[in-house]
Amino acid sequence: MRKITIDPVTRLEGHGKIEIFLNDAGKVANTYFQVPELRGFEKFSEGRPAEDMPQITQRICGVCPEAHHMASTKALDELFHVDPPSPAKKLRELLYSAFYVTDHTTHFYILGGPDFVMGPDAPVAERNILGVIGKVGLELGGAVINARMQNHKIIQMVGGRAVHPVFGLPGGVSKALNEEERKEIEQIARDSVEFAKLSLKVFDDIVLQNKEYVDMIVSDAFTHRTYYMGLVDENNKVNFYDGKVRVVDPEGKEFAKYAPREYLKHVAEHVEPWSYMKFPYLKNVGWKGFADGKDSGVFRVAPLARLNAADGMATPLAQEAYEKMYSTLGGKPVHHTLAMHWARLIELLYAAERLLELSQDPEITSPDIRTIPTAVPDEGVGIVEAPRGTLIHHYVTDERGVIKKANLIVATVNNAAAINMSVKKAAMALIKPGKEITEGLLNRIEMAWRPYDPCFACATHNLPGSSPLPIEIYDSKGKLIKKFPAG
Amino acid sequence: MAKLKVAFYWAASCGGCEIAQLQIGDKLLKLAEAADIVFWPVAIDVKYKDVEAMPDKSIDACLFNGAIRNSEQEHIAKMLREKSNVMIAYGACAYEGGIPGLANLFNRQMIFDRAYIETESTDNKDKTFPQTSYQVPEGELHLPEFYNTVKTLRQTIDVDYIIPGCPPEEKTTWLALEALIEGKLPPKGTVISHSAKAVCDDCDLKRDVKKITKIYRPFEIIPEPEICLLEQGLLCQGIATRGGCGAPCTQANMPCTGCYGPVEGVIDQGTHFLSALASVIDSNDPEEIQRIVDDVLDPVGTFYRYSLPDSLLRGASIK
Amino acid sequence: MSFEPKIIAFLCNWCSYRGADLAGISRMKCAPNVRPIRVMCSGRVEPDFVLKAFEAGADGVLILGCHSGDCHYVEGNYKTIRRIALLKKMLSQLGIEDERLRLEWVSASEGARFVSITNEMTEQVRKLGPFSHRNGGSNG
Repeated sequence: MRKITIDPVTRLEGHGKIEIFLNDAGKVANTYFQVPELRGFEKFSEGRPAEDMPQITQRICGVCPEAHHMASTKALDELFHVDPPSPAKKLRELLYSAFYVTDHTTHFYILGGPDFVMGPDAPVAERNILGVIGKVGLELGGAVINARMQNHKIIQMVGGRAVHPVFGLPGGVSKALNEEERKEIEQIARDSVEFAKLSLKVFDDIVLQNKEYVDMIVSDAFTHRTYYMGLVDENNKVNFYDGKVRVVDPEGKEFAKYAPREYLKHVAEHVEPWSYMKFPYLKNVGWKGFADGKDSGVFRVAPLARLNAADGMATPLAQEAYEKMYSTLGGKPVHHTLAMHWARLIELLYAAERLLELSQDPEITSPDIRTIPTAVPDEGVGIVEAPRGTLIHHYVTDERGVIKKANLIVATVNNAAAINMSVKKAAMALIKPGKEITEGLLNRIEMAWRPYDPCFACATHNLPGSSPLPIEIYDSKGKLIKKFPAG
Repeated sequence: MAKLKVAFYWAASCGGCEIAQLQIGDKLLKLAEAADIVFWPVAIDVKYKDVEAMPDKSIDACLFNGAIRNSEQEHIAKMLREKSNVMIAYGACAYEGGIPGLANLFNRQMIFDRAYIETESTDNKDKTFPQTSYQVPEGELHLPEFYNTVKTLRQTIDVDYIIPGCPPEEKTTWLALEALIEGKLPPKGTVISHSAKAVCDDCDLKRDVKKITKIYRPFEIIPEPEICLLEQGLLCQGIATRGGCGAPCTQANMPCTGCYGPVEGVIDQGTHFLSALASVIDSNDPEEIQRIVDDVLDPVGTFYRYSLPDSLLRGASIK
Repeated sequence: MSFEPKIIAFLCNWCSYRGADLAGISRMKCAPNVRPIRVMCSGRVEPDFVLKAFEAGADGVLILGCHSGDCHYVEGNYKTIRRIALLKKMLSQLGIEDERLRLEWVSASEGARFVSITNEMTEQVRKLGPFSHRNGGSNG
């Protein structure tokens, strides 16, 4: 058998390798998406004081540290049996909404987006953010960089640091907001709503108006009929920060709805000897292998799954966008993996609207941000929706609050089985005997996993060869003062 | 002038260093003008085979973040060392091992047992573990070997510079990149930061004589604003940590956890803070001292949060 | 061949080093396993000296200072108590047995006490076996 290796997978956060086996006839016999990394957080958390966990576990992922920080802090609330004051919860959700704006922006424009904007077969040197900016224009490019930088500024203002915030405590947060900061955040939120609307329009112009892309999106090669999971509020609307976990079956019917502390009754993890990453599945359906359908316990998380599992969005503009997506793609649930890119932009809009709502909340500048825990700690579970999926932190401690056991089910891992299946299906559809296996073709196979994992940020960078994007800077009198590249 | 060729790579890391590099914002245009990025898996589709094909010393500078946890990371570190003129350890994991370094309190078997057998949600009755080599019906699959001990980059290859932080703050990153672009790198071995002194120098809180009679955990008290956190009994490690970060954590009312590494000249960061803390405990009575010390629940995890692999003993002895 | 522990002993100039000298001059029989290092005060012993000793091959570390209230520098030995209390907690997390680090007070006139502590510690560490450095083990 012939083996084709893609190593490493690129334009994501983390390490991965794809092995494609071709039989003698040149057809795909099987594919394996291997994750070669492991660091052992679930073990080395043992012995750590629980209040250190938000800062320790956020080093699981520096692209979404806020997600871990938040899940961990919520687990601490339950562990110490303490209820934070309402302003503290709102500050947490405010930071979390700003974070979603940065992260979803990053994925669409920098990680997954270049495949659509530049085209799957575009040369490696162009298939990245600079190529994207060149194509969509400097004004939008500047807006992308700005949206990220401004929302990172919010994270720093509220959480202490732009990367790896420090403010989460059992019973509240460490820092309050003043009116000056609040005003600045409100303005950034307004700009973010406009930016999100613009991004949906970009998606419409570049992707939905392009028949080749729409065919790709709805094609069977990039479609799987699975269960879907996401957090919902009491009205069954998508909520990133809090709520109950809801699971719907491949036909969209509610299959389960549970509070965070009940997660062990619903989710289990399967191990394969060829990957360091485990494969979660629905316990009450069972592990039936890498298969679609109602009888297989494989489920999916992250933007499309969240929208499928909920009944709608909690803010008006996002709700409108939500309805448009489902009416365009033929109703709920949508099984087309590439539609995750669309769902992600709808979530971007919701995050921005929610950010604006919270920035205008009368409680947001309150100094009442801490409740001091007094009870003896024992066990706690915290669940949030990380951009890449449902994130679970579960801690058991001794009576002083030192971790005895930690169990973490981390967002993307929930998609592990689906990622493997998506790569295989795409490879089987795209690799045909006699057809040349080009770099572009291998990239199309990578496009099967990219919608799942938007875990990295890169505002702008350069490429081998020359920049496709000349930049000219003029002063207020219209005089050219600088050019990139120079000369 | 020919453009610099720069590579970025991540080993056992979280990706926060990549985000940190982008925090320099529009200064990235200056970088883009001066340099081509020839390898950066997070953002560019250049693969390992492309790097293998590059001539030795053809990369002007490589910014390498992440600790060395497995054989693939060791291999890539050595390969990039050959291909690069200047090797820079970027961030706490490459510098001192970072938070993944806490795994040096355990060994591989203990980590595997927890991850693949004992965790409450794992269903693995067959006790399957990931294998470095595994036969599937179609052929053979390989995974890198997970080592028993996390190593730093300097323990693996020769390193020219260090940019400290978890992650490095924007101004620290730019200090190094600007030096690289202008060809004004400092002497080999320099830890590049605005400060060689302690974080206290960056911090605005008011300092007085330190006399600690009780140690508090951050959730137990609401600290007085504007007063040194260590003086209030919080385990703020700024006193034994290199500054240059601007002390953002103490500004957010949280104690410094030591992410910029030790101050200039100190080899073992953890014992340095231990000694400083001992000096300011205000008691000469052995019983009272023991009572105060009992409130330090996790000396290794607190004092060596980012630096265990780089410490004198590198980790725990395991029978 | 039985294992001969290597014990590094930090002895303060004013009390315990003189006590050790006295034991020598008095020809008291003493286990030869201790390698003395003279410091001006037990408070000079930084925690990383202890770690360095283990890293360099010591199986045990002994710190001897002046009795409470007798420190030549008044409070140096109190600082030692605080440092060693914290260090012992840290060492236990690092898998190092409590008996491998010992802090005692020995005055200039206590030659016999020096000998009895030295002999006792040598036997305790002999029973524990050689110190096994994490980095000395295979990393595979």
